[in-house]
Amino acid sequence: MASETQGANEGEGTYYVPAQSKWPIVATVGLFLTLVGAGMMMNSMSAKVDDPTGHYVFFAGALVMAYMLFGWFGDVIRESRSGLYSAQMDRSFRWGMGWFIFSEVMFFSAFFGALFFVRFYAVPWLGGEGEKGVSQLLWPGFTPEWPLMNNPDPETFKGPAKLVDPWTLPLINTILLVTSSVTCTKAHHALVADNRSSTKNWLAITLVLGFVFLGVQGYEYYHAYNDLGLTLNSGIYGSTFFMLTGFHGAHVTLGAVMLLIMFIRISKGHFTAKNHFGFEAAAWYWHFVDVVWIGLFLFVYIL
Amino acid sequence: MSDHHHGPAKGLMRWVLTTNHKDIGSMYLWFSFAMFLFGGSMAMVIRAELFQPGLQLVEPNFFNQMTTMHGLVMVFGAVMPAFVGLANWMIPMMIGAPDMALPRMNNWSFWILPFAFALMASTLFMEGGGPNFGWTFYAPLSTDYAPPSTTYFIFAVHMMGVSSIMGAINVIATILNLRAPGMTLMKMPLFVWTWLITAYLLIAVMPVLAGAVTMMLMDIHFGTSFFNAGGGGDPVLFQHVFWFFGHPEVYIMILPAFGIVSAIIPAFARKQLFGYTSMVYAVASIAFLSFIVWAHHMFTVGIPLVGEVFFMYATMLIAVPTGVKVFNWIATMFRGSLTFETPMLFSIAFVVLFTIGGFSGLMLSIAPADFQYHDTYFVVAHFHYVLVPGAIFAIFAGVYYWLPKWTGHMYDTALSKVHFWMSFIGMNLTFFPMHFVGLAGMPRRIPDYNMQFADFNMLSSIGGFMFGVTQLLFLFIVIKCVKGGEKAEAKPWEGAHGLEWMVPSPAPYHTFTTPPDVK
Repeated sequence: MASETQGANEGEGTYYVPAQSKWPIVATVGLFLTLVGAGMMMNSMSAKVDDPTGHYVFFAGALVMAYMLFGWFGDVIRESRSGLYSAQMDRSFRWGMGWFIFSEVMFFSAFFGALFFVRFYAVPWLGGEGEKGVSQLLWPGFTPEWPLMNNPDPETFKGPAKLVDPWTLPLINTILLVTSSVTCTKAHHALVADNRSSTKNWLAITLVLGFVFLGVQGYEYYHAYNDLGLTLNSGIYGSTFFMLTGFHGAHVTLGAVMLLIMFIRISKGHFTAKNHFGFEAAAWYWHFVDVVWIGLFLFVYIL
Repeated sequence: MSDHHHGPAKGLMRWVLTTNHKDIGSMYLWFSFAMFLFGGSMAMVIRAELFQPGLQLVEPNFFNQMTTMHGLVMVFGAVMPAFVGLANWMIPMMIGAPDMALPRMNNWSFWILPFAFALMASTLFMEGGGPNFGWTFYAPLSTDYAPPSTTYFIFAVHMMGVSSIMGAINVIATILNLRAPGMTLMKMPLFVWTWLITAYLLIAVMPVLAGAVTMMLMDIHFGTSFFNAGGGGDPVLFQHVFWFFGHPEVYIMILPAFGIVSAIIPAFARKQLFGYTSMVYAVASIAFLSFIVWAHHMFTVGIPLVGEVFFMYATMLIAVPTGVKVFNWIATMFRGSLTFETPMLFSIAFVVLFTIGGFSGLMLSIAPADFQYHDTYFVVAHFHYVLVPGAIFAIFAGVYYWLPKWTGHMYDTALSKVHFWMSFIGMNLTFFPMHFVGLAGMPRRIPDYNMQFADFNMLSSIGGFMFGVTQLLFLFIVIKCVKGGEKAEAKPWEGAHGLEWMVPSPAPYHTFTTPPDVK
């Protein structure tokens, strides 16, 4: 496939333009089925109908996505290892990953923005602050506070009984994730020094820390739902809490999967001391996830 | 340039599997035109219903679905993909690159769109109907009171977001990394500059839109209270998040238009663009300001006085860099040897009519006056003046300017001028009277209206039908040009500048495999 492309015929210095590829359309079908399936599942859940079709569609979509990810990244790895990529191509990947992480930053900004807005504006206004405090007519007894333990309409949204103590599980998680960022950098330094076994060890530690983090977060969620009464339904604190920590957890999972694949690739002898952008991209992502967590720890748990 | 590369593959699969920026650009353009007709046909339903006062043709709920889908389809399906199509075709040729930086991802960005719009259009046939809450989908209309199909609408928006973000990443990587030697940033054509900044805006705000629709999804299905005051949330929060996306979004739809017009006016005035550097800085300033003006869409919602004042003045500031641009276009034409080929006609109409839309925007930016104009047809007139003779006329101008390069044929110039004049008259007839009915108090998004607005509405509808039918003529002109016609030279416009005119017409399947030297 690659040999048909123009770049391959012209030796060093030309930019590699891949030949036709089936992966984009496979990816589209996978994305479409996954999202439609998810939509069907949610709609039947909310309408309280027992219709399993959505599950099948979603599962089919997820399978197609998995097939695509293995196939597409497999092609990229093969092309990279056969020397088709120039330094210029490497820069394209760097710009691509960098701007992708910026888009993720903006995604989290929306939720952080929502958190700050409700905390500093919406909740005080509901309590009558400022000249626009007409909500006192609707919910006369409401007193604003943050975190919001008693919602304006407690019948529909029963507030949480207690909150997660930041100095227990979240502190442990902070230590885990910050440490994992350090070990990830250690792994990178070892890779640059061409010390394979050290790279693998540091990367393995990073992965263990990441998965323990996810385990602790799972336990924290269980604890919140069963002991604290802190749920998605418990008003705006629960909404922002689970939205921010949940999406963060999803990103940790994704970052851990990336690092796991890097571990496998390093074990297979991929990468050189100079050329290992796949690893670097995963490491960038891991540090990004770490920074988001620091924001969460500060603004969701402590302050 | 090397001549031993292979041409396009044969058959349908060429388009499905392609990694070629020209193929993908063509697909984007055809898709956007299909969506233009689809969204346009909904506008025809709206104008038919409003032809006379009273309920005539459609149920109010269906009317709401039409206004909603018309807006969504035109914004996300017609205007944005058209600019991405032009970017795909032209940016690599303008900067001397062999293709886009990430060609496979480029194809993925495109193919998501037909699937996303199929999903969104299918909501019209679902139980409870499609989205009926306006293209801005304000909560709680889009959460507590929304039809069940809203779930699919949300996922369709997610797909469009994924497509836009990947497309924008590709544009940035291409411009920053694939420029030919000697093509420094300040030598880039303005179309490339405007797209670089547009792509930045896209990456910055599409994720925020994803956040907004995700919060909607959570409120609808998972019991959260982001937009529900009963749980301590706030419906106004939705508007803040939406317009933090929405205001940069309107510049996403106009900055590439600035770039196109900045290429065409110098070509037909046979003069260099006046004030190139100030044009670049003006676009950058407009992009920066777009992040700090969002609440001017929300003056009547009950934001604090200090907010009203801040957002009012910040909005007015935008007039400064925009004024710089309009001044520069006019100064470019001043004492030039002007000729009025079709791209130039559309570009001049752009400068005049977009400026009218800008002025009505300035009127709307005055917070106390906006209390009167808010949600009236004056707003509809304003944003259609910036979008139809703004974004869409610039797209027409760009198509007529580069069509000979794409197809290798000259189009039917006489017919293209008919297309221009019919569009020009039809568009003004449709939207100019809306200023008057709006100022007199006719509310938008309502299928019925007071008798006093009857005459102007009938004129608007006649103009609308005229504009709509005229676009079929455009389709005819383009198909005729693709099929054949007078051979176009490599540089069919004597005053044109840029690398794209150095390759033959039609542009070969692969251009600049080895980068040219730019002096």
